[in-house]
Amino acid sequence: MPVEAGKCDCHTTPLLLFPTAADSAMRPLLERQKYLIDYTLAALLRRKTRNLGLLLVYTLLVFLFASVLLLSQGLRREAALLLQDAPEVVVQKLVAGRHDPLPAAWLDTLRRIRGVSSAKGRLWGYYYDPAIKANYTLMVAPERELGADEIVVGAALARIRQIGVGDYLSLRAADGRPLSLHIIGVLDSASELLDADLLLLSETGFRQLFQLPPEVYTDAVLTVRNPREASTVAGKIALALPASRPILRAEILRTYDAVFHWREGMTFVALGSLLLAFLILAWDKAAGLSAEEKREIGILKAIGWETGDILRMKLWEGALLSLTAFLAGYLLAWWQVFYGGARLFAPVLKGWAVLYPDFRLTPTVDLQQVLVLLAVTVLPYIVATLIPGWRAAIVDPDAAMRG
Amino acid sequence: MLITPAIVALQLIALSVAGTVLLAAGFAWKILRHWNIYSGSELQLRLERRTYLISTLLGFALGAELLSLLLFAQTAESLSGQFVGAMCATGVLNVNRFGFPTLLLKIALFFLAALWLLLNRVDNRGYDYPLVRVKYGLLLALAPLALLEGTVQTRFFLELEPEVITSCCGSLFSATGQGVAAELASLPARPALVLFYAMAGLLLVMGLAFRRWPQLGPLFAATNLLTFAVAIAGIVAFLSLYVYENPNHHCPFCLLKAGYDYVGYALYLPLFGATAAGMGAGIIAPFRRIVSLQATIPGEMRHLTGLALTGFGVFYGLATWLMLRSNLILLG
Amino acid sequence: MIELREVSKVFNQGQPNECRALRKLSLHLERGGITVFKGPSGSGKTTLLTLIGCLARPTAGRITLDGRLLSNLPERFLTEVRRHTFGFVFQQFNLIRGLTVLENVMLPAYPLGKPYRELRDGARALLDRFRLAAKADSRVEWLSGGEAQRTALARALINDPAVLIADEPTANLDSALSREVLGLLLGELAMQGRTVLISSHDPLVFEAVQVDRIIELHDGRMVGDSQC
Repeated sequence: MPVEAGKCDCHTTPLLLFPTAADSAMRPLLERQKYLIDYTLAALLRRKTRNLGLLLVYTLLVFLFASVLLLSQGLRREAALLLQDAPEVVVQKLVAGRHDPLPAAWLDTLRRIRGVSSAKGRLWGYYYDPAIKANYTLMVAPERELGADEIVVGAALARIRQIGVGDYLSLRAADGRPLSLHIIGVLDSASELLDADLLLLSETGFRQLFQLPPEVYTDAVLTVRNPREASTVAGKIALALPASRPILRAEILRTYDAVFHWREGMTFVALGSLLLAFLILAWDKAAGLSAEEKREIGILKAIGWETGDILRMKLWEGALLSLTAFLAGYLLAWWQVFYGGARLFAPVLKGWAVLYPDFRLTPTVDLQQVLVLLAVTVLPYIVATLIPGWRAAIVDPDAAMRG
Repeated sequence: MLITPAIVALQLIALSVAGTVLLAAGFAWKILRHWNIYSGSELQLRLERRTYLISTLLGFALGAELLSLLLFAQTAESLSGQFVGAMCATGVLNVNRFGFPTLLLKIALFFLAALWLLLNRVDNRGYDYPLVRVKYGLLLALAPLALLEGTVQTRFFLELEPEVITSCCGSLFSATGQGVAAELASLPARPALVLFYAMAGLLLVMGLAFRRWPQLGPLFAATNLLTFAVAIAGIVAFLSLYVYENPNHHCPFCLLKAGYDYVGYALYLPLFGATAAGMGAGIIAPFRRIVSLQATIPGEMRHLTGLALTGFGVFYGLATWLMLRSNLILLG
Repeated sequence: MIELREVSKVFNQGQPNECRALRKLSLHLERGGITVFKGPSGSGKTTLLTLIGCLARPTAGRITLDGRLLSNLPERFLTEVRRHTFGFVFQQFNLIRGLTVLENVMLPAYPLGKPYRELRDGARALLDRFRLAAKADSRVEWLSGGEAQRTALARALINDPAVLIADEPTANLDSALSREVLGLLLGELAMQGRTVLISSHDPLVFEAVQVDRIIELHDGRMVGDSQC
């Protein structure tokens, strides 16, 4: 057979003794990674069944954690947005450490405190309805100018009692007599988070229902000229009215934040057992190198791949699996929380209640959330597969030679 | 104690970093005791294979530490609503005395891990692993640091009590406050600005000198570190003012917020990267005489120095642009 | 070219199943020509080839290649040398199942990061040479023994090595195929100036006319060295 001219010039070129740095630099890193990824992908697909189980569990894990995070963040955001319009300072009267109706005379004292721009009395309370075993929040809304027996109800309330505009709702007053109230409106379901169980009535109706004398209010709401001075104003109120308890909006926000955080955190810890089980599975899968895989790695090393190349391949394997599981899990969680009704962790995060508001959360992505998710799912996976991956990479090519 | 997902995540990261670094250090100890490149015994072969594991573990630690650094700053930020008087991350870090030390330890660990990996990269190109003792010696020093970082972070989170009144960054970073943070802020703007740019000039000069005289390596590394410190000081002293357009808001963490277009990332990432590269270039220079590394180190030094100068260039360029386009007039 | 000095290889050192595969072997191999290593199984032929071909490091002794010491090079350097200098053909072919013939042939060059098109064209040219062009996209599981061996041969040549090492190349083939493979090994390749090292206990191999040198091994030691 004729030798093609120039095909092999190995008899003229000196042997390449050992590579210089220039060689390694010339070798395009990107091209190398592309080949490795190509091989890894092909290898993963070849062993579909083996990896599918792991992938599913991984995706589930990401899904669960992501759901908790997304839901909680959505709720917190909603709460914060809605509480923006809450009054800066709320003043309550305390008797023996318990909440007591606030005398109207206090309003004058409050108005005189420097920094307070207005003070108004508020009337609101709870009513327990044995028919559906739920608490309604009753509130007087003076701007609605309701008649003595007219009420406006929240959407969830209307839904559960199956009543609407024109119907009558019968409540039992504090003196035992029934009070028949005429529903003239239902609140918009768009603001359900706040007013799902709300019932708005007139001052007359309220005082009649709860038998409240005319010179008391439930509490007082203040507006402060400079919001940053709110805590100073609160201090002055506490001095002027020793039996009072001033509550700042900032404190409410902080408490909500803390409650959500705490619940989120506990759910995470509870999911920790699932994470642990997953890690054991991952370790097991990675460490259980089949004879076929060992042979393959031995061959690769025998034909010119180096331990570092095999290691990189194993890392790419982990990376590809992680990426797939992460994206799938996250997207599924996203869909579930923002479009699918968020039923999964809602009870834990929203708290115990019968009247659940039906609302749509605004989808938000933030970097911190993604980082936390990565740290809690992908990072442990990498840790669990580092050593088994290395063990695989150091397989002796000698074994391949011996068949 | 607060338990939020972010805190759980950070503790997990700290645990895994401490774990991997300690493991690596354990192997390093073995290597330091039995290493003999000229032996073909099975022990030596096993040790050589171990080196792959160690470098992988350290690579992981570096990535995790970077993640941890980012997440820590952001978590502190997100918890600011929980603490009276804390307007942003700075307030949270001041709730107890472990906050800022945790941050500093994280930064130190990040740089040390980066330097180790650079050393490792260079060592691997030498056909007789010439830097083994140096490398694994450094690793033994890294291990207690990782452990310390984990411990301090845990203490920080354990003692995070939401009821405590803390100083907000306004009073911490204000000229009338006390402590190092306040001193940075109280640096009058004009001298601080001058120092900021003077340092850049010095770095450039050192970079060029280093190219010509590689024996200046350690000095160049030190210059990089100093520039890093000056840059951070500059951010606190005046750059943040320009970004927030507020002559009293000195906080370096608020830059990472969405409200400022995340400009903090664009500033900090090149800064950290450049410092790591520059320090790396400086510390590998002393080894350039080793026979097996003579082919690789000069190229590596050039490459890293170039990266460092480019990174700092990006940082200074961005900083200058931010100052120019700001509506704040600080200096008449 | 390749020099072995007092080379020993011991497996499972210090353990009850300790095995001394090579005992203080010294050997000098020149560039070019065909050398056959002959001996019964267990004589250390395969181990010797793995050491010569930089697939493993000796437990003791020195190996030099063109004057450069190889025996204490770390693995990544050894692999670099091996990639550029040695091509291997194994007794069991050792092709990767699930991949095509073309992919198998290109595999050794993956870590080199050559541009894909260039690599693929080189591989196709090799397949043409060995009359495997039609099978380029078939899975290796469907190849016959002879085709598999030729694929293995093509794979060994993808990085244009100076030395080709074949371990028992005819062990799994019938006599007709053996002759064909031998023809390729001894004829064409040696003509291109490559050094060919073969280990075999098949008389067809070591009685072939083109063989330049026969080295006989027994129990890890060299017991015969004849020029033809």
